[in-house]
Amino acid sequence: MAPNGRRLSDYIRRLGNLEMNEGAFALILILPSVILTLGLILWPLANTFVMSLHESNLARPQRQDFVGFQHYIHFLGNRMFWETIGRTFYFTFVSVGIELVLGIAIAMLISAKLKGWRFLRTAVIIPWAVPTIVNGAIWRWIYNADYGALNGLLLQLGLIDKYIAWLVEPHRAMNLVILADVWHSAPFVVLIISAALVSLPVELYDAASIDGANGWQRFTRITLPLLRPAILVVLVIRTVEAFRVFDIIYIMTRGGPVNGTMVISYLTYQETFSYLHLGRGSALSFIVSAFIFLLALLYVKVLYTEDVAV
Amino acid sequence: MSDKAKNFIWRAFLYFCMLILLLLIFAPLAWLFISSISTRAELLSVPPHWWPHEPTLQNYLDILAPTETTSRTARNFRYALTNSIIVSGTVTLVSLIVGSLAAYAFARLRFRFRRSALLAFVSLRMLPAISIVIPLYVVLRGAGLLNTRTALILVYLSFTLPFVIWIMTSFFQSIPMELEDAARVDGCSRLGALWRVIIPVSRPGLVATGVFAFLLAWDEFFFALLFTSTPDAKTVPVAIAEFTGRHAIDFSAQATGGVLAAIPPVILALIFQRYIVQGLTAGAIKG
Repeated sequence: MAPNGRRLSDYIRRLGNLEMNEGAFALILILPSVILTLGLILWPLANTFVMSLHESNLARPQRQDFVGFQHYIHFLGNRMFWETIGRTFYFTFVSVGIELVLGIAIAMLISAKLKGWRFLRTAVIIPWAVPTIVNGAIWRWIYNADYGALNGLLLQLGLIDKYIAWLVEPHRAMNLVILADVWHSAPFVVLIISAALVSLPVELYDAASIDGANGWQRFTRITLPLLRPAILVVLVIRTVEAFRVFDIIYIMTRGGPVNGTMVISYLTYQETFSYLHLGRGSALSFIVSAFIFLLALLYVKVLYTEDVAV
Repeated sequence: MSDKAKNFIWRAFLYFCMLILLLLIFAPLAWLFISSISTRAELLSVPPHWWPHEPTLQNYLDILAPTETTSRTARNFRYALTNSIIVSGTVTLVSLIVGSLAAYAFARLRFRFRRSALLAFVSLRMLPAISIVIPLYVVLRGAGLLNTRTALILVYLSFTLPFVIWIMTSFFQSIPMELEDAARVDGCSRLGALWRVIIPVSRPGLVATGVFAFLLAWDEFFFALLFTSTPDAKTVPVAIAEFTGRHAIDFSAQATGGVLAAIPPVILALIFQRYIVQGLTAGAIKG
């Protein structure tokens, strides 16, 4: 055993010292990632597509009948589907819009360096770090119709005269879920915009002040244009995340009431894992992926054409 | 109005905003904590007791030191904590190692398809879990891996790995090339230069990325919800969702679980605050 073992270690040492060409070395370094990615992402993705062309049931996944694009056609002609897409866009645009405006405002507030700004900067991180599910649970509890803090507070302040079932009216439920999402995600915008603000050139502001620009003019004419790259990045990341929202819907409303918060990810989940329609679920999830893929393309384009350096 | 007065009013307004903001940040968290130290009966009082008349740590004891009388859900929460720690920790370690190697190649070596491969990884990060979950479910079930931590670790790599590659590439790019060149002139092999020079220098980047990957894994809910149904592998987010039972919600237990689930990521985020901001911007901005 001993000589054999020595030979093996010799061999490994020689391999380590071996002067490889760059391409071979790169291949070795990348290979594990490529294999994992193929197995965990690309193969399942392709498989989802294949499944979406078949009729099959999660209870019997081996039995599959080819149906072509029938599932897609089913959904594309389905009113419920389009309403769900509409709600998903509503959630995405409203929550990302609010987060962006609020996030920039908070970042500006931090950069004003009032007393305690460091504390504020640190505090802002906390909602972002709280797990999504916990965030949903907190707000669901606050909105609770019978014992919730929101009802208690509003009643004690005399703003309402009896408890309100906040999550019962579909449209209001959606807006309240958005509010919970804003609490969790606006800090992300603050973090990125703050970092971008720090690196803005001070000289420009001095020059603008000398030229007599007031605070608002400095903000709209200098700060915002300079923040453009960071804003674009935040916008695309948050849009993608919001479009595939699932966790907070699951914990807060499960798509209800009366489909008021039914978004595309939740619909897919329901179709696949409650009704066990593998084929339809796959078709839906492939439609989601297509949307996200378009957004991702946009993202890559933004990243690589803006020549962003913050 | 003089400029001075205007300035004073403006600053007063800003302080007011700051106060409101801090209130909005901390009030929900405070309420979560207060709910966790309230008894079930007190939580159901109308109007709410903003501070419990009889604060109790019983909910925490139920989870951290369960006895025979504790509810099953509370008892299972402890397993969930263990599962979450093991899964998130392992995923972080594996994706850091595997991902950094690839990131190094992307940042430093010239090879064919370098740019397009990197772009592919960047866009893969965007894919929603739902678009890969069904085949993964079928395969894992076939392999008898449902309800195992192994399955979660494997599947979580699908989102931490592209993330690590993405962020570490920009970190490696920010390290001056001369460092490696010097090491190579001194007779280091490529692997040697990577191991002895680049890795030590990029420790801040590795730490930031690692913390980030950990947070991502700790937060994950969707895969865990679908792939686990017993205490053997259920993670914390799933356990918290389960306090919302079919018939009633155990609010105080859910609040306690929420506090325990939030503590590790919040502490990590506060400790590594600076790194996280750096990592976010490096990854998000430079790609």
